[in-house]
Amino acid sequence: MNSRRIWEDVRLFLVAIPVLLWTLIPIYHLFILSISNEKAMLAGQFWPDEPTLQNYRIVLNQQHYYLNNFWLQLFNSFLVAAAVGIITLFVATLAAFSISRLRTPGGRTIMNLALATYLIPAAFLAVPMYKAMGSYGMLNSKWALILAMVALASPYAIWVLKQASDKLPAELDEAAVIDGASPLQIFRLVYLPLMAPSMVAIGVYALLLAWNEYLYAFLLLSNEKQLTLAVALGQFLGADDSPWNILMATGMIYALPPMVIYYTFRKYMVSGLTAGAVKS
Amino acid sequence: MTAATASFDMARRTPARRWFDDPMKLWGILMLIPYALVFLVLVTYPVAYGLYLGLKPQSYVELFRDPAFAIAAWNTVLFLVIGVNLKFLMALALSGFFMAQRGWVKAILVIFLLPWAMPSIPTILSVRFLLNPEWGLVNAQLFKWFQIDGPNWLNDPQIAFGTAIFMHIWKSLPFWTLILITGRMAISKDLYEAADVDGASGWQQFRFITWPSLAALYVTSTILSIIWTLGDFNSVYLLTGGGPGDRTHVLATLGIRYLRIDKLDLGIAAIITAMPFVLPLVFVMVKRLSRGPRDD
Repeated sequence: MNSRRIWEDVRLFLVAIPVLLWTLIPIYHLFILSISNEKAMLAGQFWPDEPTLQNYRIVLNQQHYYLNNFWLQLFNSFLVAAAVGIITLFVATLAAFSISRLRTPGGRTIMNLALATYLIPAAFLAVPMYKAMGSYGMLNSKWALILAMVALASPYAIWVLKQASDKLPAELDEAAVIDGASPLQIFRLVYLPLMAPSMVAIGVYALLLAWNEYLYAFLLLSNEKQLTLAVALGQFLGADDSPWNILMATGMIYALPPMVIYYTFRKYMVSGLTAGAVKS
Repeated sequence: MTAATASFDMARRTPARRWFDDPMKLWGILMLIPYALVFLVLVTYPVAYGLYLGLKPQSYVELFRDPAFAIAAWNTVLFLVIGVNLKFLMALALSGFFMAQRGWVKAILVIFLLPWAMPSIPTILSVRFLLNPEWGLVNAQLFKWFQIDGPNWLNDPQIAFGTAIFMHIWKSLPFWTLILITGRMAISKDLYEAADVDGASGWQQFRFITWPSLAALYVTSTILSIIWTLGDFNSVYLLTGGGPGDRTHVLATLGIRYLRIDKLDLGIAAIITAMPFVLPLVFVMVKRLSRGPRDD
């Protein structure tokens, strides 16, 4: 029995090594470039000769012309992500309550329309969205990006929240109704507390979606001072002699907040978001 | 019983009442308004505008004459067929690996989720420089150890496109592996124990226990993944920019290419051309996903 376990460990180990290499090589390379000076960056080494935090200092002090607005752009990213998280939660929670608990007529149609929006690839809606924002006169405003991301995030949010809400027993609001509660009271006193875990998952989902978005941000924003950090990173590619080490240091800083948020809320994320998708 | 409490009763709602007298209906409609507005202003209008711009027959003539479109269409097919199938075979195998009851395997799962948890831009750009033919780590090490000049990576259309597929899989593999792990966890352990007692081999256990239980989930996930893979803009655009010579575009990046060279109508036309393939999949998935948990 024991030898069988050891044999199994060996086999697992042989899978684990390529899995780790596969996962970590791009991330490790990102990290070593971010601590390389210019000479080490061009030498293609596994570990830079003189590792340095110089690149991070340059980024934080905005000492490169690609980074003149680093702090402002970081703030823009935070602002957009937070706004998208909050607005999506607001829109989706109300809609899910209305469709699932109040069984509003037409709710199912709206649900299906939302699902269809969710399923059409966002990259295909990007060009029409760009034209529409142009005709609303909103191009180059952070609000254009925020609203576009709300439109992309809320269908999935409504769907997940509706699934979670359908699982709450009907007796709950029936009891509240008999006690004379109004729909608003049911929403506030019964629904919101029970839905809190799913709402955390959805809030984080919308927030991360907005923080990570590149395509829409790059289409809808062009003024240096309005850009999110994602677009600012893409701008480094403009020149052939891009300072890749500084770019990677910026990338590390940009990647950190979503990773912290993701791993903090991992339990919610996995159960909340995969529960729906797993239905076959 | 007052009129108000009667109307609160969800089970026996009196149909004769006007909607604004019934607080359930009134609030139900009020609460749908925010999303209805989002949908009208940010989905319906843009889509209608897009369709209107896509009405000109001339755009389609021009589109079909553009060699970049034919290449992008073929690339999209390759991207889907290779990318999605490879990704799901890997996810299927790895979900089995992660089911192993070992603490250290659970620890590896946490690391394995990193590509999903991280934004894609820094990691894609990292790979882009990793494969730089002159300064990148891969070719520098190839030269150091074997004194050979490595391939031209992203300047070679085939290799560049293959790398874009790799990038896509790298980014989305953790999510689908998690989904399949969840599916595997729903299978009763008793089945495997009984099979063990009967002396069934690992392959037989997979063939007769695991696969039949996972098949439906595998198919649903594959369809969903086809649709999303179709929209993967970042893996191609940030890695190759569609180059060299517009040879690695897919439909998701082609629209943006046309936008940048001021031929927006062609971009719209390219997207509309893809719709006959996209919409049936969307329709199937809406039907599959909109079933409530109680109708299963």
